[in-house]
Amino acid sequence: MAQAVLSPNSHLEERTAGRSGPLSGAERPATTTLVVVDMHCGGCLRKVETALLAVPGVVRARANLAMRRVTVEHENGKFDALPLISALERAGFSAAELAHEDDGGLAASNRDYLRRLAVAGFAAANIMLLSVSVWSGANGDMSPALQTLFHWLSALIALPAVAYAGQPFFRSAAAALKAGRVNMDVPISLGVSLATAMSVYQTIRGSEQVYFDAAVTLLFFLLIGRALDQRMRARSAGAAANLLGLRSQSAQVVLPDGTTTRVSARSLKPGMKFVTAAGERFAADGRVVKGASQVDESLITGETRPRQIDAGASIFAGTMNLGQAVTVETTAAEDRTLIAEIARLMAAAEQGRARYVRLADRAAKLYAPAVHTLSLLTFLGWLALGHGWEPALTAAIAVLIITCPCALALAVPAVQVAATSRLFEKGVLVKAPDALERLAEIDVIALDKTGTLTLGEARIVNRDAIPRDVLARAAALAAVSRHPLSRAIVRSAQEAGLSVVPAGDVREVPGFGLSRRTNEGEERLGSAAWCGAEVSSAAALWYRGMNGARVAFETSDMPRPDARAFIEHLMSAGYSVTLLSGDQPAEVERVAKAVGITEFAARMLPGEKVARLSEMKVAGLRPLMIGDGLNDAPALAAGHASVSPASAVDISQTAADVIFQGERLEPVLEAIAVAQRSRRMALENFAIAIGYNIVFVPLAMLGLVTPLIAAVAMSASSIAVTANALRLKSGSLQLGNWRSAP
Amino acid sequence: MTSLAWLIPCALLLGGLGLAGFLWSLGNDQFEDLEGAGWRALDDSPPRDDRPG
Repeated sequence: MAQAVLSPNSHLEERTAGRSGPLSGAERPATTTLVVVDMHCGGCLRKVETALLAVPGVVRARANLAMRRVTVEHENGKFDALPLISALERAGFSAAELAHEDDGGLAASNRDYLRRLAVAGFAAANIMLLSVSVWSGANGDMSPALQTLFHWLSALIALPAVAYAGQPFFRSAAAALKAGRVNMDVPISLGVSLATAMSVYQTIRGSEQVYFDAAVTLLFFLLIGRALDQRMRARSAGAAANLLGLRSQSAQVVLPDGTTTRVSARSLKPGMKFVTAAGERFAADGRVVKGASQVDESLITGETRPRQIDAGASIFAGTMNLGQAVTVETTAAEDRTLIAEIARLMAAAEQGRARYVRLADRAAKLYAPAVHTLSLLTFLGWLALGHGWEPALTAAIAVLIITCPCALALAVPAVQVAATSRLFEKGVLVKAPDALERLAEIDVIALDKTGTLTLGEARIVNRDAIPRDVLARAAALAAVSRHPLSRAIVRSAQEAGLSVVPAGDVREVPGFGLSRRTNEGEERLGSAAWCGAEVSSAAALWYRGMNGARVAFETSDMPRPDARAFIEHLMSAGYSVTLLSGDQPAEVERVAKAVGITEFAARMLPGEKVARLSEMKVAGLRPLMIGDGLNDAPALAAGHASVSPASAVDISQTAADVIFQGERLEPVLEAIAVAQRSRRMALENFAIAIGYNIVFVPLAMLGLVTPLIAAVAMSASSIAVTANALRLKSGSLQLGNWRSAP
Repeated sequence: MTSLAWLIPCALLLGGLGLAGFLWSLGNDQFEDLEGAGWRALDDSPPRDDRPG
């Protein structure tokens, strides 16, 4: 399954820039990143690199097995990605150019977190070394002068480390405060900076109450959580970008002199003309200038019935040409196109989601004022008891340090990392950072039909009613053609256990069908008219044998293999399921009945789908939208959470929180179950953190917390929370409904 | 106690070396492809010159 597709690329622009600019630009080698999905081992790695290096002009090729990508450096201005892709194809790999590398920022911030983590780890280890000596020598033979020396050394290590490693927390806290909000980073920043500041003050005074170790260890633990979180997100984003790259397209452009050349779909400009053959998807929005055909627009409108197009008709990118080759003039830039309308709807729908407050931040909203009040009460209490302001302040700060929410701040990220990596292994990519939290809260499910509940491609329905020899002959004819219906026949013949050998001398008449002449007569495969069958029949495809007997192939878009079980599972868990489709009422009803859905709506426009979701939201429900088409994109943005299959159009995959791969719907159930489980675990972790506070806060208020107790308590609670989260990595989960859950 | 005068700097120096080593390897793309690196070690074909020259 060679997938020679190519897409938008940065280097095309670079090349043009290099040509028009000074010559020095051409000296620097250009870099192209390719996605190679079927690269699995060291052998493939070597084959891929060797194949690419054999292409003239390639300077360097470095494959990345973890990301399934190859970075190719080649002489600038020589060529684009097509020769590289075809070289890989000859070596047996299907490759595509990476559509747009938008995960570069995530990878960079992941690296930044690792750097800070390393610095915090170094500082924490060395300060702990010094602290342990002080603790063990405290009631023995350690002189106060030596203690003070050790404290000064700790300060020298801690101050730069806190200033560097703590920046992400300080920045986030400052941003939240500026916006008048409180997030988890506010108590963290306050605790860390107060602990450090007070320790410096106590060091100057030569006292024993020094908390450098607690402050730095806290940063170290929190950075581990953040770095892992970032890493998982960068991995998911990278995998999602790979999927989009594989779906991107090339187009056969007609040059003014009549010759054609293949370019990537994104480099098409308005006014350019391109040819789309039968069975290909249109690479851009446009107007037909030559030829007539039928198009399958199910990806855009949800409607499965093909539409007839003639010269002057407008077509949309992503729809499939079913009939014969047509020439199209690109019009994509106009903002009256469907894409522009969809984009406007999406922008409006997304605003609601931006207001979502994450679980940890909701906890911080309660937690921060409580802690700060306790600390103030401690200060006032000690003053009232006549201890003077200095011990009062020390006790108050000890309260802040001991309550500094290490376990609380780790509670959510630790669970999130375990959940995301579990789903990643099952082929589910979690894209939005708060996606799991929103997914855990859903209580209604809205589904699209074509491509979501169904496979989105024609299948032969009456396979078992067709004689095996007819199926074999039809498949032999069909194997020559790229038409979607031909492919459906070949697929069902293979599924029936037949081996398909392409027949020779097959003539393909675009728009009609296939024929083959032999000495015994002619056999035909194609439309009813082509085979001489009566047109009134529902079947779209016919076969006429050499003896003139006609057999109908009924084609339809079949539900995904586990669609019925999926719906049953959701309903038994207490979710109401609604089918929102853009297709004809009869077709929608047929599929709804087949999978057991009772609520359905047909002929829905993109705006109506959004309106339906808004109604649900007004009624206090939280809808999950599952969809794949362009017409679903605004609804995906409007849902409380959203899921797309990996076969969805770019814009829908971008709008969705979660993407699942494969033909089955089961990963969606897994995603909801994992999301619910992680919500419960996050709450459990909050309970652990609060339980620990209930034990230690009174001690701190009484001034009994020594630096040793603070350090031990902090590490122990962090480890407890992380260990709890790791339980999510394994074991099977039961899907529930969080409203009905105990 | 004079041993501390050189033991502590030693400990910090060694720790610092480790930190510097990690930061270097991070900046040098050593953690970019953990899967592929394992396979490359098993590759016994003669090394080739794929560096930009």
